[in-house]
Amino acid sequence: METKIATDKLRVSFGDLTVLKDVTINVEKNTITGFMGPSGSGKSTLISVINRMIDFENNVKIGGDATIDGRSILGDNINPIELRRRVGTVFAVPIPLPRSIFENIAYGPRLKGVTDRTSLHHIAEECLKKAFLWDEVKDRLSTSALKLSGGQQQRLCLARTLALKPEIILLDEPCSGLDPISTAKIEDALSELKSGYTIILVSNNTKQIARISDFSAFFYLGELIEYNTTDKVFTTPSESKTEDYIQGKFG
Amino acid sequence: MIDRTVLKEQFVKWVLIAFALSSLLFLFLIFAFILGEGLPLFLKVGVKNIIFGMKWAPTKGYFGIFPMIISSFLVTFGALVIGAPLGLSCAIYLSEYSGKKMKMFLKPAIELLAGIPSVVFGFLGVIYIVPIVRNYLGGSGFSLISTSLVLGVMILPTIISISFDALVSVPKTYREASAAMGATKWQTIYKVIIPSAKSGILASFILGMGRAIGETMAVIMIAGNALKIPTSILDPLRTLTGNIALELAYATGDHRLALFSTGVVLMLIIMILNYIANFGIKRKIAK
Repeated sequence: METKIATDKLRVSFGDLTVLKDVTINVEKNTITGFMGPSGSGKSTLISVINRMIDFENNVKIGGDATIDGRSILGDNINPIELRRRVGTVFAVPIPLPRSIFENIAYGPRLKGVTDRTSLHHIAEECLKKAFLWDEVKDRLSTSALKLSGGQQQRLCLARTLALKPEIILLDEPCSGLDPISTAKIEDALSELKSGYTIILVSNNTKQIARISDFSAFFYLGELIEYNTTDKVFTTPSESKTEDYIQGKFG
Repeated sequence: MIDRTVLKEQFVKWVLIAFALSSLLFLFLIFAFILGEGLPLFLKVGVKNIIFGMKWAPTKGYFGIFPMIISSFLVTFGALVIGAPLGLSCAIYLSEYSGKKMKMFLKPAIELLAGIPSVVFGFLGVIYIVPIVRNYLGGSGFSLISTSLVLGVMILPTIISISFDALVSVPKTYREASAAMGATKWQTIYKVIIPSAKSGILASFILGMGRAIGETMAVIMIAGNALKIPTSILDPLRTLTGNIALELAYATGDHRLALFSTGVVLMLIIMILNYIANFGIKRKIAK
């Protein structure tokens, strides 16, 4: 096992409110790691540190360190634009850009300077196939992405992220607004993808985490309560809080 | 037994309706008046001889306003060439880059710009722009380019405030999605935000055009008011609005009617522009 992402006593506050309290975690390469916990547990904040989207928030204080491949991603000498090309993100609500399906996927590669249409088409086809969306849209790549269903839009967002050729994919409750069939398609896609990427899946749905993740982390009120292999966390959790959460006693 | 408060409510409601409808009435009266005065000459001389007529000598029976229509459009186009890039850049700065303090300082300043009387713009144009054009570019200085410059500045508030509204109404999520794909701020602006706000930005340009084509005082003071189609940006010209304002005071008979005909044409142009702008704004909302 090789550690891809690591945090060391990571502490994040918004104003007076501390939302992450000294979180230390090592995320292994080419695995799916599930982050679960009730809302306000800090799991989404942790994600936003890893992709530096936290830069868009005001009044943030960050302590401790976060690294990718052993190198810190915090501080001013890291270019967040470069970082976000290595760390792809899929948001809770699918946000296709108001353009065609093809243009949505071509967006990222174009930003990196790929302009040749044939290569862009290759990328689009490859990424749409990986996101299990190709068969549904291959005949209408030039129609508006806004015309797709919610589940299709979310898979498009996944495909769009893949087009960046990232090393890491962060998914922040990607299935929270989706029906079970769309959810299953996303889960299938993720399971196939993990051999090539390091995936972090934030979810309120413990069953989803149990189904597809290799490691599971349970967060509560900004603290990392438990982190282990998914088998271990779900069968013999060491903390009673974890057990209560998994059994649905609170949430 | 009728409740007094209910009666009072009804009274207030009907009074307010009456006031609200009165603005419609004024609009209708203006229409009726201008059409009533302006249409007879169209019937008498012929639409073609007025709109496409090249010669304006109303006391001798020539009522051609074609040079003025062209001049009005040229001046408006010139104003847009100057005002659109400036105004859009300013709106982008305000919505995407400026901090709160800068915004609090700039927005009122822009609104103040809209409140400056047009005669002041004309005055500044005559004192500064016209001599500069005369000395450095040639001609009399009273010219298409001087007028366009001044009008370009005058339409800035319209373009800035409407473009700004269009830009800030682009959902924050688009910005985040674009940033998450590794776009820089400027890439996000020109690839996502401007295309999304396109119809609002176009509407701001068209409303700015409406403002420019209807402007009178500043134009009379700077345009030179010559009765021909300008062949260079240094030539003087006369716009539709200028024509009415310059001659109405002493015009009688058919001459007076011809000025109303000029007004009909002007009104039609402005109505079409407003219609296009509204169409653009509505389409944006429908999306």
